Amino acid sequence: MTRISPTRIALYVISALVLVYLILPVLIIAPISFSSARFLTFPPPSLSLRWYQQYFANPAWMQATRVTLTVAFLTVVIATPCGVAAAYAISQSKLRIMRVIHMALLLPLVVPIIITAVGIFFVFAKVGLVATLPGLVLANVMLGLPYVVISVLAGMQSFDPAQEMVARSLGMNRLRSFFAVTLPQIKSSVVAGGIFAFISAMDETIVALFISGGQYQPLTKRMFTALRDEIDPTIAAISTLMTAASFILVLLASARQKKAG
Amino acid sequence: MTLVPDPSQKHQRREHGLMLALVSPALLVILLLIVLPVGWLAWQSIYHDGFTLENYRRVFTEDIYWRSFALTFEISLGVTVIALLLGYPVAYLANSVPKGWSILILSLVVLPFWTSVLVRAYAWLALLQRTGVINQFLRYLDVISEPLALVHNTFGTVVATVHILLPFMVLPLYATMQKIPGDLMQAGASLGASPSLTFMRVFLPLSLPGVLAGCTMVFVLCLGFYITPELLGGGRTVMVSMLVSRNVELYNQFGAASAVAVVLLLSVLAIFFVVSRFISLDRVLGQK
Repeated sequence: MTRISPTRIALYVISALVLVYLILPVLIIAPISFSSARFLTFPPPSLSLRWYQQYFANPAWMQATRVTLTVAFLTVVIATPCGVAAAYAISQSKLRIMRVIHMALLLPLVVPIIITAVGIFFVFAKVGLVATLPGLVLANVMLGLPYVVISVLAGMQSFDPAQEMVARSLGMNRLRSFFAVTLPQIKSSVVAGGIFAFISAMDETIVALFISGGQYQPLTKRMFTALRDEIDPTIAAISTLMTAASFILVLLASARQKKAG
Repeated sequence: MTLVPDPSQKHQRREHGLMLALVSPALLVILLLIVLPVGWLAWQSIYHDGFTLENYRRVFTEDIYWRSFALTFEISLGVTVIALLLGYPVAYLANSVPKGWSILILSLVVLPFWTSVLVRAYAWLALLQRTGVINQFLRYLDVISEPLALVHNTFGTVVATVHILLPFMVLPLYATMQKIPGDLMQAGASLGASPSLTFMRVFLPLSLPGVLAGCTMVFVLCLGFYITPELLGGGRTVMVSMLVSRNVELYNQFGAASAVAVVLLLSVLAIFFVVSRFISLDRVLGQK
């Protein structure tokens, strides 16, 4: 009775092709990074770790990696508490201006990143923050904030503020009741938000292109420059490592969010 | 000792003060690092030793600016249409299969989402260039004798851009389709409509909010694209964002760069404004 119709088959075929198109580029990088060939050949003539060795032996790549990890770490440390405090206030306050503030905190997602980048470059040039570590961290805190705010606001939706009231009526002050009652319940969304901010800082390229320089250039900036000049398989090795790092972090974040229900 | 805190005005004022204090660090970061810089840009576009509209006159009259804006809108429109045509079937399939399968399909859709844009630009270069995987494969099969020019042109830019933006199309489509009650389709069928007629008259119209949300996001994001056209366009596909960066980096034309940026930003805000008349912006920004 239920014969599979030709339209249904077409739907399967088209969807399968689209999914291959989505996945193939993500999968192609790892085999290239383990290939021994200087130029891109497929299939690779033999396996080797030479591009990984080149990456780990190159002081410029290592310095860039240190900058990336430092910036991403500091971004999370600053953006997470700021974002959690803001999301808490937005969800609990009845002030009408909070709606405007909520929208303002999502601006980094709305304004095209190239405009943000050039604008920050002009302002940083005036105050001497171009090519500095604090400048890079500040910019990434701004770009990472929306992820924390969105994630924590989603977590706050299932939280009943009456519980905090109870804790306070039993004599806890505001701060203690937040840490004792509220935070444990939204912990998963806080961690997820922090992880997204970390990934965002790790991947950020365009702002870094404009405002970073000297010894404070993140990996992405050096990769961009290298890609513009020539295609070096070292980048395949770096890309594979970055992708693996992102995926592990995303898995952690989504496991966290699932736990939050 | 009451369960409900004192509702007096003094208490309320303190409550408001506390909430504003909590939100202020984040707000300060946003004001200093995006509102001020963009405001500065706007100011710089009209002020240079006195007020001037010279920058805007150039943007609207000089051929290179016009061509770049036209090309950017064309590419964005093309990318949006292609993403819709590719994304709709995938979202439809994910919506019509059992839960386990739909989770698998959606995971495959968001997987590339979490790969750096740079990494994907590299992957597309590896796939599409003259000595790349696709050309080697086609020559191995003897389909072609000369390598095809698949990259360093508009074609390569579009292929890679659609790849990056497709998840932004599929996710809102899927979210909307999920809310369409299955009963409606059965009702259509029970009244004698063929599956294709039920799809056209019932399902498709009900999925339109998702189409609008997805198309808006893809179009707007594409307008500001920079890395992909820069790396895969081969210098010939000059999109607006590249115009901005070149004016800053190569020519030190800060006024012109600012004017281009302001026109781009106003275009984006205008699109969001128009779309917000039809569907909630929360939906476009993917927060349901």
